Amino acid sequence: MKYIIAVIQPDRLDEVLKRLTEKEIHLVTVSNVVGRGRQKGIAEVYRGHKEQGSLLRKVQIEIAVNEAFVEPAIKAIIDGARTGQIGDGKIFVIDLPECIRIRTGEKGNDAIG
Amino acid sequence: MLILLSAGTAFCDTAAPAPSPTPAAAVAAPAPKVDTGDTSWVLISAALVMLMTPGLAFFYGGLVRRKNMLSVLMQCLMILCLISLQWVLFGYSLSFGPDHRSLIGGLDWSFLRNVGLTPNADYAPTIPHQLFMMFQMMFAVITPALIIGAFAERMRFSAFCIFILLWATIVYDPVAHWVWGVGGFIRNWGALDFAGGTVVHINAGMTALAAALVLGRRQGYPDGISPPHNLPFAVLGASLLWFGWFGFNAGSALGAGGLAVSAFTVTHIAAATAGLAWGLLDWLKHKKPTTLGVITGMVAGLVAITPASGFVDPMGAIWIGIGAGVIPWFAVTYFKNLLGYDDTLDAFGVHGVGGIWGAIATGIWATKTVNPAGNDGLLYGNPALLWIQIKAVAVTVVYSFVVGIVLLKAVDIVMKLRISEHEERVGLDLTQHREAAYTIID
Repeated sequence: MKYIIAVIQPDRLDEVLKRLTEKEIHLVTVSNVVGRGRQKGIAEVYRGHKEQGSLLRKVQIEIAVNEAFVEPAIKAIIDGARTGQIGDGKIFVIDLPECIRIRTGEKGNDAIG
Repeated sequence: MLILLSAGTAFCDTAAPAPSPTPAAAVAAPAPKVDTGDTSWVLISAALVMLMTPGLAFFYGGLVRRKNMLSVLMQCLMILCLISLQWVLFGYSLSFGPDHRSLIGGLDWSFLRNVGLTPNADYAPTIPHQLFMMFQMMFAVITPALIIGAFAERMRFSAFCIFILLWATIVYDPVAHWVWGVGGFIRNWGALDFAGGTVVHINAGMTALAAALVLGRRQGYPDGISPPHNLPFAVLGASLLWFGWFGFNAGSALGAGGLAVSAFTVTHIAAATAGLAWGLLDWLKHKKPTTLGVITGMVAGLVAITPASGFVDPMGAIWIGIGAGVIPWFAVTYFKNLLGYDDTLDAFGVHGVGGIWGAIATGIWATKTVNPAGNDGLLYGNPALLWIQIKAVAVTVVYSFVVGIVLLKAVDIVMKLRISEHEERVGLDLTQHREAAYTIID
């Protein structure tokens, strides 16, 4: 089992979700995040006071999948999120030792889908 | 607006002018005299209409995405600043100044020369001329602000400022003169527009359609656009619009008499009816009544009753309200998707379509029993009025759509209308104003 974390441009979220659905990956957690990559933030100005290097808004997607779905998930995220411009974001894949469905108590591969 | 005024004074309960001492003076028209009751009401009305522009800002602001919230508020407020000055410098004179060939007012009243504290008998014989100018200023301000709904989320701020100034001068001012100015040709036809159905709503609505077409769709439209970011703001804005609209319509009686009360009543009835009708249609089609649907219906009802508000009775207002709930609903629900243009906040669907319905409906339900200085419409035995209304609509539709396209294209060539793809993704708040409406942390 793998845990996939992707940080993407907020306006690409709908497209990414659509692509994930096409690959039959339905279980996703999404959150608003702010962060800073190579793109750097845009300096804001309030009554002449400059807020330097502010953080940029991104959307973070988290998906837990069985091995067979890792590559399709990554492909769906890239297809949906890529604009070719700086700030498109990153995907992190980490090993997931355990997963438990709270309602049934199922564990591991059965609980994940 | 002379017709309205004479009616306004007819309804007033103020004392008649003192009997003239000599027969010669009895023949001459009584000198215009400021009436304090009328002046109070129009002062308040001007302030009410002013509040509609910030109200509209919140109505529109709530409907865009978080990253563009400030840009919409900013555009509305910038119009308040820009057009107020334009109006004082030359806009009022172009609209209401002494007529030239029935097409435009001259520059005699530019810089507010000859716009003093004594009444102007042609427009408003019982309030100071300057107050009439201020009341009209608020209309000149909110009209271009309505167009924002069509190009929201994708227009460069600098291009926006130039476009709005040009539009106010080349589209709003002449059309206001045609319909309301003494000598204006649409006014001379006898077309009825009590508070701005053609001048404000059709005018803004048609240029809104032009803007949606010239600027093109937002990235990701229609499926990749997030829903409205703050509907409570939209509800707040729509409520402020309804409140301000009492000044818009009842204030257009330019006096505190029976006509103002009648306009107040029918305005309220039409808004309530259209909000209900839109909500019911949503309920039928989507299985649930939606908040956004009801507030959109309210605004459509207010739009549609605007030209009719000084000429129809409460039953007429109910019919106009039903039409305003149904016709723009179809425009927004089906027509827009069919044609595929991206009118971001339905400025055309609500103001253009609702305005056209209202102007035509005025020709159907107008009655002299409400306003002897108005006219009878189709249902009161005078089909000629309906034809005049249709002609007035046609002229306004064509003029503001065509000139709207020309102005937008011209500004586009000189300075580019649309923000870059990257700026559109980041949002207008950060890229155009270096500010964010909301923080995420702290």
